[in-house]
Amino acid sequence: MKPPPFDYHAPRDLGEALAVLAGAGAGGKVLAGGQSLIPLMNMRLAAPAHLVDINRLTGLATIEADAGGVRVGALARHAAVERSADAARAQPLLRSALRQVAHPVIRNRGTVVGSLVHADPAAELPAVLAVLGGSVRLARHGGGQRDVPAGEFFTGPLESALRPGELAVSAFFPALPPRAGTAFREVARRHGDYAMAGAAAVVVLDEDLRIVSARVACVSAGPVPVTIDVSQVCDRRPAASADWAAVAAAVRDRVDPEADIHATADYRRHLTGVLAGRALRAAAREAAGDGRDAGEAGEPSDG
Amino acid sequence: MGEALHEIALTVNGVVREVRVPGRRLLSDCLRHDLGLTGTHVGCEHGVCGCCTVLLDGEPVRSCLTFAVTAGGHEITTVEGLAGPEGELSPVQRAFSECHALQCGFCTPGFLCTVTALLRENPAPTGEQVVEGISGNLCRCTGYQNIVKAVHRAAELAAEADATPARTGEHA
Ligand SMILES: Cc1cc2nc3c(=O)[nH]c(=O)nc-3n(C[C@H](O)[C@H](O)[C@H](O)COP(=O)(O)OP(=O)(O)OC[C@H]3O[C@@H](n4cnc5c(N)ncnc54)[C@H](O)[C@@H]3O)c2cc1C
Ligand code: FES
Ligand code: FES
Repeated sequence: MKPPPFDYHAPRDLGEALAVLAGAGAGGKVLAGGQSLIPLMNMRLAAPAHLVDINRLTGLATIEADAGGVRVGALARHAAVERSADAARAQPLLRSALRQVAHPVIRNRGTVVGSLVHADPAAELPAVLAVLGGSVRLARHGGGQRDVPAGEFFTGPLESALRPGELAVSAFFPALPPRAGTAFREVARRHGDYAMAGAAAVVVLDEDLRIVSARVACVSAGPVPVTIDVSQVCDRRPAASADWAAVAAAVRDRVDPEADIHATADYRRHLTGVLAGRALRAAAREAAGDGRDAGEAGEPSDG
Repeated sequence: MGEALHEIALTVNGVVREVRVPGRRLLSDCLRHDLGLTGTHVGCEHGVCGCCTVLLDGEPVRSCLTFAVTAGGHEITTVEGLAGPEGELSPVQRAFSECHALQCGFCTPGFLCTVTALLRENPAPTGEQVVEGISGNLCRCTGYQNIVKAVHRAAELAAEADATPARTGEHA
C-alpha cells in the first residue's frame, strides 16, 4: 500500500507546468487533489513516471459564474464549488451533484476538473457535464487551447480525450434557459460511495408550462455517462400530467449497464429507470416554479 | 540508484519541521516515520476509513491521500496539536472522554481532527449536520451513538468556554 517511485515536479506557473508535461510525454500525469490518483498509486494500479503537481498554481483555483454559466478552474476544489453561492445560482445542478460526491473531507481536496478528467462512469460530475452539454478546456505547451464538448470528452471507463502533454485548465457548465429545472438522484451502498445507479436531469418548459425538453445523463449505466433525451416521451404535456412511468420505462430500455459485485445488470437497469423518472419529475417541478429541488424528502416511492 | 529526495519545511502543530523525503512519501508516513508523530493512524491508505485525517491549513484532509511534498510550506495540525499549551484537553477531546466516544481509540485521532474543523466552521450543528460531517470516518468498535453525542457535547463545551469571559464582564 505504498505508491511506486516517480519524478516529482512542482511548477510555479502554468507555462512551466505545460513545458514539464510536454517533456514527460506519455509518462507524465497531472496531480490535482490526488483523491483518485493517489489511491490508485497506493494500490499500485497506476505508476506514472512523472507527476506534475499543480497545487501551487493557485491562479487555477477560480470559480467564475455569470448569466452564461460557471467556469471552474483546475484547482477549484469540490468543497469550494459546493459552497459558492454564485455557482449555485448560475447552475444549481452542480451543488446538488457535488453533495453526493464522496465525503466532506475528500471534497476539501478533490477538484471538479480532476473528477472530469478521471472520467469514472460511476462519478457524478461527468454526468452533470454531459447532461448540461458543457465542455473541458485543454492546454498544451506552445499549442494554445482547445475546448472539447462533453459528448466527445468521455471516451471510455477512466478514459478521456485528454492527450499526453495536455492539461485541463478549466471546465464550463452552461447556465439554464428560462423555465428550466434540474435534479440529481442516486442510490449508493453507503452514503459517500460511488453510485450503483443515478441520474442528472434537466427539464425545460414552454410559456404554458408544457415540457419541451427533458434530458437525463445516467451514472454507472455504461462505459461513459449515458445521455438520453426523453422529450418525445414527455409529449409536450404539462409537468403535472406527464406519464412519468413511461418516461422511466423509456430510460430503462435505453441503458445497458454491467453487473458487478454490487448489483446485477437487471437491478441496475431497473434502478436507473426509477431514479431517472424521479430526477426528471423533480426537475420539471422546479422548472414550473415550485421552488428549488430540495432532494428526496417526501418523494413518492413509485417510479 | 537512490530516489531523489526533496527538502521540505512543514509547520506541524506550530513548529517548523524540515525533512528530506522522496516524492512518493505520503504525508501520513512523513508524520509518523520521519517526524515521530504516531498519533495519526493509518487504517486503509485509500481514503475510506478516515483514521489518518489531519488539518492542512485548518481544513481536514486525508494524510494518506496527500504527498508530503505537496504539503511543503503549509501548516499541519495533528491530534498531538489539539490540546492546549499545558496539555489541557480541547473541548472536543474532553467531550470524547466524557461521553465514552472511544474504546480502542484507533479511529479517534481522525474523528478528533474532523470534529475540531467541523465545529470551527459550524459551532452549533444539527443532528443531521453532525452525521454528515463525520460520515467519512469509520469506527469499528464504539459505534456511532456516543461519538455523535460527543460532537454535540463538544459544541456545548466550546460555547461555554467562549461565553465565560463575556459573562463575567456583563452579569456577575
Ligand atoms: C473514499 C473516496 C470516495 C470517493 N467517492 C466519490 C464519489 O462518490 N463520486 C465521485 O465522483 N468521486 C469520488 N471520489 C473521487 C474524488 O471525487 C476525486 O477527488 C476526483 O475523482 C478526482 O479529483 P482529484 O482532483 O482528486 O484528481 P487526482 O486524483 O489528482 O487526478 C485524477 C486523474 O485526473 C488527472 N487530472 C487531474 N486534474 C487534471 C488536470 N487539470 N489536467 C489533466 N489531468 C488531470 C490525473 O492525472 C489523474 O489521472 C472518492 C474518492 C475517495 C478517496
Ligand atoms: S488511512 Fe487514510 S483514510 Fe484510511
Ligand atoms: S474506538 Fe475502536 S475503531 Fe473507533
